[in-house]
Amino acid sequence: MKESNLVLTLITAMVFVFLLGPLVIIIAAAFSPNEFLAFPPGGFSLRWFENIFKVKMFMRTFEISMQVAVFGTLIALVIGIPAAYALSRYNFIGKNHINTIFISPVLIPGVVLGFTLLRYIVIAKNIPIFTGLLIGHTIIILPYIIRVISSSLANFDYSIEEAAVSLGSSKIRTFFVVVLPNIRSGVIAAFILAFINSFNNVPVSVFLTGPGISTLPIQMLSYVEYYFDPTIAALSVVLMVFTVLLMIVIERTLGLSYFAK
Amino acid sequence: MALISLQDVTVAYDKNVVLENFNLEVEKGQLLSLLGPSGCGKTTTLRLIAGFMQAQKGHFFFNEKDYTKVPVHKRRFGLVFQNYALFPHLTVFHNVGFGLKCMKISGSKLRNKVLSMLEIVGLTGYENRYPAELSGGQKQRVALARALVIEPDLLLLDEPLSNLDAKLRVSMRVEIRRIQRELGITTVYVTHDQEECFSISDKVAIMNQGVIEQLDRPEVIYQYPETEFVARFVGFYNFINLQLIGVEQETAAFKASNGKVFEALKQKEDIAQESWLGAIRPENVLLIEGSSSKNVVNQIEGKIKIRTYLGRQYQYVVDTSLGEFIVNKDTDRVFENEEQVLLQFPKEKIRLVKKVHERGN
Repeated sequence: MKESNLVLTLITAMVFVFLLGPLVIIIAAAFSPNEFLAFPPGGFSLRWFENIFKVKMFMRTFEISMQVAVFGTLIALVIGIPAAYALSRYNFIGKNHINTIFISPVLIPGVVLGFTLLRYIVIAKNIPIFTGLLIGHTIIILPYIIRVISSSLANFDYSIEEAAVSLGSSKIRTFFVVVLPNIRSGVIAAFILAFINSFNNVPVSVFLTGPGISTLPIQMLSYVEYYFDPTIAALSVVLMVFTVLLMIVIERTLGLSYFAK
Repeated sequence: MALISLQDVTVAYDKNVVLENFNLEVEKGQLLSLLGPSGCGKTTTLRLIAGFMQAQKGHFFFNEKDYTKVPVHKRRFGLVFQNYALFPHLTVFHNVGFGLKCMKISGSKLRNKVLSMLEIVGLTGYENRYPAELSGGQKQRVALARALVIEPDLLLLDEPLSNLDAKLRVSMRVEIRRIQRELGITTVYVTHDQEECFSISDKVAIMNQGVIEQLDRPEVIYQYPETEFVARFVGFYNFINLQLIGVEQETAAFKASNGKVFEALKQKEDIAQESWLGAIRPENVLLIEGSSSKNVVNQIEGKIKIRTYLGRQYQYVVDTSLGEFIVNKDTDRVFENEEQVLLQFPKEKIRLVKKVHERGN
């Protein structure tokens, strides 16, 4: 028989309330027929979901967010896969330091990163807004890519690579036909994780967006500054569903335990 | 010149020297085994030939061409790994066909070559399986087929059977030998298993601390070890320090450290060296009742110290003035602990071997 502990039960319940409570409120409010964000909703309506598509800036920034997330992730993969490969395959002087540098964007507050990029790179070098945004996102994504791919390379048996080379395949060809297919699940996981991180990012984007070019989260922030209707709740629900769907894809392809490593 | 020739090769990992001024020759069509304990440099030698390691000094000649700096993928040597190293994302067919594709062979030519190689290794009908669906023995056959289908100039096997169970090991080694003979392919085989090595090889190189102690036919190594290390490795557990005192037609006479005279058959004409070790197997030492050896040659007095029952025979540890000896004897006459005995060393059973040179540690 399991031992029941009143205090533990209470704490667990509170954790769930605090974690899920806001979500429940947002979801409920999204279906509200009223003109303002309120809980309980006092009715049921899908008008705010329709309204998302009526606000032009939402559609426009969604597009930009998608572009930044997709291209940023692709660029980070191009940099991150070879980096992870080199870090796990070879021993060289300063390997640990390089590892730390690659992981550091996770440790540095996004606000600091965003501001620094703006002040010293985007403004100083007069870089276009979209390019700046892309650079910023690539940097914050890179650690995730390297971490996830490194962990899948940790299970990779390099004698397979040696076998391929001994059969007459050059090192580069071997990488594409032998190494890459065997870490495919790691690459997919890295892609999705990086994509979600980029898509939801606020602290870095807030500095790097500018006139005419903004991301969806930033647009949402400025929307709630002026309007207090449940559109924002409806949009949040849509984004939550979107994220959950991605997580289901990961779960189906690799299992969420992949990220516990 | 031999097909493979390593000349004065030195290999080191960081500051750890594994091979120093190492020399090795393998004749065309031969199966040569590198045998030795772990860390003796046998795998390093194989990886050097394969091209995964670079020699800091010295040269590797293959078929009289300098291969020292030829990259791995241009060497065309077939490799079989201890852990098989099959491509997990490819079927058996595509695993075996991998090397052919690298050679730009495709279509029905590739198909025919792959299928006939699968037939040779006895895996017809397994083309569409993935490595995860195969047993250990089947995986090793695929690995062998994959290495052989490119018709390599040289086959390199790195402990290919050590992940298989005992019964499968025996049948696989017969199989490997059969295929090797059939194709007449020069092969270098690395193992730490003595029986496996002796049963499969034309020549065996016994390695110890980066040096080949002896390279010869298995029978010769087993019967006529040249150094103490090789002798111990093939089961000579008793050693007597001997000083040469006289040479006759067939025998040589020696004096042991207790003054006792020993005679042994000369194994070579040249026996100029002064100091030798007489090596003898436990089953070749005779245990005799009695307590005084007087002046009989090749006989010393001793006292039984430990008796162990081995089933078919007893093993005794006998204490003597020349140290302890291990003797195996049948169960007809059982000796008790502390019993005084005589040890007789038949002169035709004593092998004269060189002492191991001190090499660091």
